[in-house]
Amino acid sequence: MLRKLSVIAAAVGILVAGAAGPALANGGALKAKEVHWSFEGPFGSYDQAQLQRGFKVYREVCAACHSLKLVSFRNFGDRGGPFYSEKYPNSNDNPWVKAIAKDYEVNDIDSETGDAIKRPATSADHFPSPFANEAAARASNGGALPPDMSLLAKAREEGPAHIYSVVTGYVDAPKGLTVPTGGHYNPYFPGDLSSAWHGDHKSVPAGGFIAMAPPLKADLVTFDDGTKSTVDQQGKDVAAFLMWAAEPKLEERKQTGFAVLLYLIILSGLLYASYKTVWRNESH
Amino acid sequence: MSGHSTYQPKTGIERWLDARLPIVRLGYDSFVDYPTPRNLNYWWTFGGILSLCLASQLITGIILVMHYNPSAQGAFASVEHIMRDVNYGWLIRYMHANGASMFFIAVYIHMLRGLYYGSYKAPREVLWLLGCVIYLLMMATAFMGYVLPWGQMSFHGAVVITNLFGALPLVGESITTWLWGGFAVDNPTLNRFFSLHYLLPFMIAGVVILHIWALHVVGQNNPTGVDPKSKADTVPFTPYATVKDGFAMSVFLILFAFFVFYMPNALGHADNYVEANPLVTPSHIVPEWYFLPFYAILRAVPDKLMGVLAMFGAIACLFALPWLDTSKVRSMRYRPTAKIYFVFFLVVCIILGFCGAKLPDDPVIPHLTTFQLMGSDLNSFVWLSRVASLYYFAFFLVVLPVLGLVEKTLPVPDSIASPALSADAKKG
Repeated sequence: MLRKLSVIAAAVGILVAGAAGPALANGGALKAKEVHWSFEGPFGSYDQAQLQRGFKVYREVCAACHSLKLVSFRNFGDRGGPFYSEKYPNSNDNPWVKAIAKDYEVNDIDSETGDAIKRPATSADHFPSPFANEAAARASNGGALPPDMSLLAKAREEGPAHIYSVVTGYVDAPKGLTVPTGGHYNPYFPGDLSSAWHGDHKSVPAGGFIAMAPPLKADLVTFDDGTKSTVDQQGKDVAAFLMWAAEPKLEERKQTGFAVLLYLIILSGLLYASYKTVWRNESH
Repeated sequence: MSGHSTYQPKTGIERWLDARLPIVRLGYDSFVDYPTPRNLNYWWTFGGILSLCLASQLITGIILVMHYNPSAQGAFASVEHIMRDVNYGWLIRYMHANGASMFFIAVYIHMLRGLYYGSYKAPREVLWLLGCVIYLLMMATAFMGYVLPWGQMSFHGAVVITNLFGALPLVGESITTWLWGGFAVDNPTLNRFFSLHYLLPFMIAGVVILHIWALHVVGQNNPTGVDPKSKADTVPFTPYATVKDGFAMSVFLILFAFFVFYMPNALGHADNYVEANPLVTPSHIVPEWYFLPFYAILRAVPDKLMGVLAMFGAIACLFALPWLDTSKVRSMRYRPTAKIYFVFFLVVCIILGFCGAKLPDDPVIPHLTTFQLMGSDLNSFVWLSRVASLYYFAFFLVVLPVLGLVEKTLPVPDSIASPALSADAKKG
């Protein structure tokens, strides 16, 4: 009886949890577009070519305003990273990592004089931020703060699909919507448009106003591997790159998980057999 | 422990130690020879699973502290340092974060098992009370632990929960200032939460020892609720219970591993990957899932102070349970009416959890406006929480006390062995 009841309770629980899921997603915005990612599923892994393209989009477009504070240059050469190569197990030796780092300048202190100086970055350095501080970032962006991108893909309920949807999802504002100066209508960006809407109060458009102008344009970035540089491609690639930046150990995690689960399933089987053996002469 | 010790030291060292500190004897009597009711089902394996959870949280927690920086400036970055630069740091942290949820899944099943089979009734009242104390300590530990990564939900969750104490008359404001170590949630708050988050698990471990001690004095309850009468009713703990517990633990670990490796952030909140910013409040502050039913009860009451009292009252009901249930029959297996109320209670707890995750004024049935009552539409989650909270309290304060006096129960078996031996094929 209890078994039956608990099955019912579990079923109710799952139904309730399932219904609670989508409603928790960003209020008022459209659901993110469906995207298939190479890193989905229990055996998913990053597509290195995609990460390299995504990095190029970040570097040439996003990096003008968005920092990537938590990522070091050496991470690019780590297993699963955009420039990992089996030839260089130590990412500090990786020539691509070194070359990329050298292109950036970071703040330092001259150890002789104590003066503040700029020097070329090394593989150990973190990505330098485009603005000195939050106030500077806001001042250059009409009061809005471009969020740090290191964790962006995990800091949004819908993950990289949300990033992809926002950067590729700009459309003209529907008639009757007053777009404020410095704002851009985006149906995938969370917000509440009811105060800017002059149409039927029951059909307030989905989405919100975002301070970022549409960042991507076809052929804005030239992909070195010959991939056609469409807005959709750029958006997908940069979202994948940002997922890697947020969760660089994803591949290691999924591979370890497979071994752990296999081990636990075998162990459970053995323990069940032991249980049956131990209890075979005991009624219970 | 029931009966006298049957431990026989076999080697010289064991005899020498047994005369000075009979610790091997204690272990033998508690975990090897200890008589266990032979009819325990899988719901009884959660005690062992919970000790596994506690051990896992302690070990992963101690390692995390080696790398964590408890300051408002550095906490968030140090957690990311653990995730990115510490060898297997991602594993340790995901185990610790998901381990908290697993701990609560196990404790809720453990508590509901106790509730269903009447494991709180004489002579197990102290055993139950100690369990309630552990649960209370777990909630405090989990809440403070969630603050430590210093993300947006950490910070604003801490603000909401500590502000609850401000509802207390006269002393409220002083208490919140004292909790915060200042006039807002800030570095001193983080530091004291860190200190207490490290202390409380060891207090839990201490109360767990008392809990097991009390258990071994009165013996385990069992699905029939009938006390073991003879040796035929019991089996030795090892190997019979150990192997069954071991199997259950291993299956539980599969669930645990599935979350850690394949959906490590499913039980958390995306906002906590944004560093705490006191000036930006998340649009929707929700506690972790295991607090949602209490959060719903809190918000169900329009008055803040009464809401806080209702929330703590919901936990107080658990403490008072041994004296609220008047039924002489322990196991609900023989209480058909109580069983129905129990299932409703289970559903109500899930509904409360569901309400806790929603905005109070959102409609339960979409696009339906009914009429306003006490400032909210009747078709809203706040009203659903009100109805559900009412049942929650009625279950403890009305159903269990009254039902025990009027209910017609089924015949209870004379001993564990008699139905168990005769009904091998037919289990129920």
